[in-house]
Amino acid sequence: MRLREPPQTVTFTFDGKPVQGVPGEPVAAALLASGIRLVGRSFKYHRPRGVLTAGSEEPNALVTVGQGAAQDPNVRATTLEVAEGLEVFSQNGWPSLRYDALAVNDLFAPFLGAGFYYKTFMWPRSFWQKVYEPAIRRAAGLGRLSGQANADRYEKAFGFCDVLVIGAGPAGLMAALTAAEAGADVILADEDSAMGGRLLREVEEVDGKPATLWVADVLARLAALPNVRLMPRTTVTGAYDQGTFGALERITGPANPDRPLECFWRIVAKRSVLAAGALERPIAFADNDRPGIMLAGAVRSYVNRWGVAPGKSVTVFGNNDDAHRTARDLLAAGVKVAGVIDSRPDPVMQGDYPVFTAGCVTATRGRHGLSSITITHQGGTRVVQTDCLAVSGGWNPNVHLSCHMNGRPQWREDIAAFVPTTDAIPGMVCAGACDGVFDTQGCLQAGADAGVAVAGGLGLKPKVTLPAAETRAYAIAPLWEVPGKGRKWVDFQNDVTVKDIASAAQENLRSVEHMKRYTTQGMAPDQGKSSNVVALAMLADLTGRGIAETGTTTFRPPYVPVSIAAMGAGGQGKGFAPARLTTTHHPSIAARAPMVEAGLWYRASYFPLEGEVNWRQSCDREAGYVRKAVGVCDVSSLGKIDVQGPDAAALLDFVYTNRMSSLKVGRVRYGLMLREDGFVMDDGTVARLGDRHFVITTTTAAAGQVMRHLEFAGQVLRPDLDARITSVTDHWAQFAVAGPQARVLLNTILDDQISNDDWPFMACGTVGVGGVTGRLFRISFSGETAFEIAVPARYGESLFRQLAAQARTLGGGLYGMEALNVLRIEKGFLTHAELHGRTTAFDLGLARMIDRSKDCIGQAAARRPGLLDPARERLVGLRAVEEGRRLTAGAYLFGKDAKATSVNSEGYVTSACYSPALDCYLGLAFLKNGPERHGEVVRMVNHLRGVDTLAEVCGPVFLDPEGERARG
Amino acid sequence: MRIECPYCGERDRREFYYMGDAVALDRPAVDAGAQAWDDYLHNRDNPAGSVRDLWYHEAGCGAWIVVSRDTLTHAVQGSVLAAEAAR
Repeated sequence: MRLREPPQTVTFTFDGKPVQGVPGEPVAAALLASGIRLVGRSFKYHRPRGVLTAGSEEPNALVTVGQGAAQDPNVRATTLEVAEGLEVFSQNGWPSLRYDALAVNDLFAPFLGAGFYYKTFMWPRSFWQKVYEPAIRRAAGLGRLSGQANADRYEKAFGFCDVLVIGAGPAGLMAALTAAEAGADVILADEDSAMGGRLLREVEEVDGKPATLWVADVLARLAALPNVRLMPRTTVTGAYDQGTFGALERITGPANPDRPLECFWRIVAKRSVLAAGALERPIAFADNDRPGIMLAGAVRSYVNRWGVAPGKSVTVFGNNDDAHRTARDLLAAGVKVAGVIDSRPDPVMQGDYPVFTAGCVTATRGRHGLSSITITHQGGTRVVQTDCLAVSGGWNPNVHLSCHMNGRPQWREDIAAFVPTTDAIPGMVCAGACDGVFDTQGCLQAGADAGVAVAGGLGLKPKVTLPAAETRAYAIAPLWEVPGKGRKWVDFQNDVTVKDIASAAQENLRSVEHMKRYTTQGMAPDQGKSSNVVALAMLADLTGRGIAETGTTTFRPPYVPVSIAAMGAGGQGKGFAPARLTTTHHPSIAARAPMVEAGLWYRASYFPLEGEVNWRQSCDREAGYVRKAVGVCDVSSLGKIDVQGPDAAALLDFVYTNRMSSLKVGRVRYGLMLREDGFVMDDGTVARLGDRHFVITTTTAAAGQVMRHLEFAGQVLRPDLDARITSVTDHWAQFAVAGPQARVLLNTILDDQISNDDWPFMACGTVGVGGVTGRLFRISFSGETAFEIAVPARYGESLFRQLAAQARTLGGGLYGMEALNVLRIEKGFLTHAELHGRTTAFDLGLARMIDRSKDCIGQAAARRPGLLDPARERLVGLRAVEEGRRLTAGAYLFGKDAKATSVNSEGYVTSACYSPALDCYLGLAFLKNGPERHGEVVRMVNHLRGVDTLAEVCGPVFLDPEGERARG
Repeated sequence: MRIECPYCGERDRREFYYMGDAVALDRPAVDAGAQAWDDYLHNRDNPAGSVRDLWYHEAGCGAWIVVSRDTLTHAVQGSVLAAEAAR
């Protein structure tokens, strides 16, 4: 029922039926205004449930928003804002919310208590996985995911400030105002759609005017300051190291695909003020979960802030003065108060309503919503007709964020609640209700003090003018549970009752953490915000300990559920990793080349011609270009690192196993790099362009690692060496030109002609290409006469087109990664398939490349006896011996007649291909005692691909072992 | 987590690559023997309290730095360039 006529209404749907609501009010308010009390079914017993709270702590009123890919489950109806056309669905009820078939679970409740699955459904054993568990999982649960890719947009953002104020109630507003007016950069975040905290929900005065007007004045003052950012609808979800906070901002507005749904913030603050307020707690009494039973503070929120009466005849049950405040506000709003049940023997009467002193609610009735309650009080027992019962068991300071860095809250007997421990988060001051201050004047004072403390800590000089507000004592007599029979709910979200907690204590699960895990109390989206303290107070009682001694469970971020999509905003699909494109990316795509990922790079696999139907045809043709004419391949993605300085050569001697200081200017040398533990890290070429100037290459995937390694060697291990290291991978476009016609091709584009005499094998230097200064390296990864030519990246595409055109006139053309792989396997050249981090120079047959006359990284560890054991798996070549049977990478090797089981494994295949030059399948493999077994036939099994064949072991160089072709 | 880079100032932890204990600064001589190399390569303390770790400002200036940190409180006490760190 609405208490005042709203200026504007819109229509949304609940389970398909239209409901009128006011834009911006919570869906819960609109449902209550329409008399809808039954909002969902409970997790386990499918009990009818309604709205309990008016905030993000809501355990019951969880709904699903939207349909299909946009479907979003477990959204709290208490914070979800009404908008035209919003589609809201109840959860966990089938075939309908009102007639839920699985409500039958409630009848079986005696068998489904805490930990039931540890004790029942145990026989027959095989039934658990196949029958019981699936059935239980289907019956239990909250909302469901659509199973479709999330179509909504999310965003992430980073914020920096001097002071982050968390919560914009009286304490937070004063803290923000004090710090901001002193000149601090302030971010004020509050999870509500409007700032003001309880001042928006209570009827009281601040500074001689209605509290809501005072709030509006303060917000206007804050908004006028350039050093303040106001962030409503933003929940600070976690406090992390060094003043870092996570925060989730809900973005509302007209549905628009360009607008994100949520934004996840990472905020770094020099100081912070926690003014997160307090959460009201329920009381456990028989059948206290019926729709219509709500927290008293929530009832005041709906009445005072949203102008909605949650019932026609309301009763109030409490152990503190808030019960009377609720009755007073209801009367003032014109709602009938059927009675206040105060558990205390001596309450102070505050108005014209019946009061039941030393009273308790002992039973409730009403199938789909409350209809009556039974009261036991000083004068006896009576039944009262009521459709809404407001309950207040006292307030729990919202200590959550103060505990995210191992802090434990302290128990305060006088307010029967936990408060934060001082300095639990470095730089954080807790103020107001979250620190156990429950009156407005006290909160304003605490907020101002906090503002002074944080601003003062930053060297500012804050001034404070404190407004006058209501002061009152917080008089509470602890009441956790009403004695007597019946099912008394503690955790509404997980269907945990008093009996379940008793059963945990009976099982001797005395630790509150064990009780939590046994009963599931405190799990799920609300993380027990309204039930934790009640539950542990009961456990304390049952185990004969004090509450302080029993302690709380661990508070962990996030404070409210945060979707993975928000935390990983921007990381879906192509956003997952940046794409590095070579200068020839677009011509390659235009040539219909399928691209393959190599690290972050995209490289062309092959360039199909008209009529070619599979990749092997293209690959064989392209390999043929290189063996018979000339091929051109973009090799720009290989790491290129410039090393310069007087000690550049000495640094390279230290990071490579072989000596680079003896390399002559204008020459290139193959180099091997080890990790300090003696295993091979990477290989590549070292070109000496000048006395103090080298350019080294790395494999594509290891470029970052090698760069880090070189910097480590230079800065950490040998700071005495004067050498500078710069990645120039992106600066140069580099192309392999390989094949018998390579020099002929180059001579068509170079400014000056080259010959085998002035550019012999392993020469390097500067060349002119169409007036552009480039670099030429006579190196070969195919075993043919080959060069790599590099030009500044902006000329890459142009040179590529020219090289490709010239290659075609010479009977050659472009080749991609597939052909490149075939060409290098034929020559036994290594890639990261072989240099996979578990192989040594010895394993690779390169032990002699470790120059023992000098120190280098990995030198000492590579000498460890275990790394020089001949029985290690060592590099060999494999040649298929069975007609038409292929070799495959990833296969295992066994003795010819051995069983193909892991215990018999003698090695594995790292690379394999069909060689068009040798018309045979080839492989590179690591085999125990490999080099001693040339000529032996072994069995190769790839269990995954179902390949089982024989192969002959041979040396790893299949083609031109003397290397004559590369020198020609 | 925030780390102070001596060149760039306080930056987010995600700009840095973590290497491990700063024991890596004290590289033994090539012939120091198996025990010394084993300690250098593999054996690490796991103290509850103060540690010195090597971090690389990979998404920043490229400096290797030694960061002092408390594993109990997560407080970062300070950082110096590895090149200038005490060995």
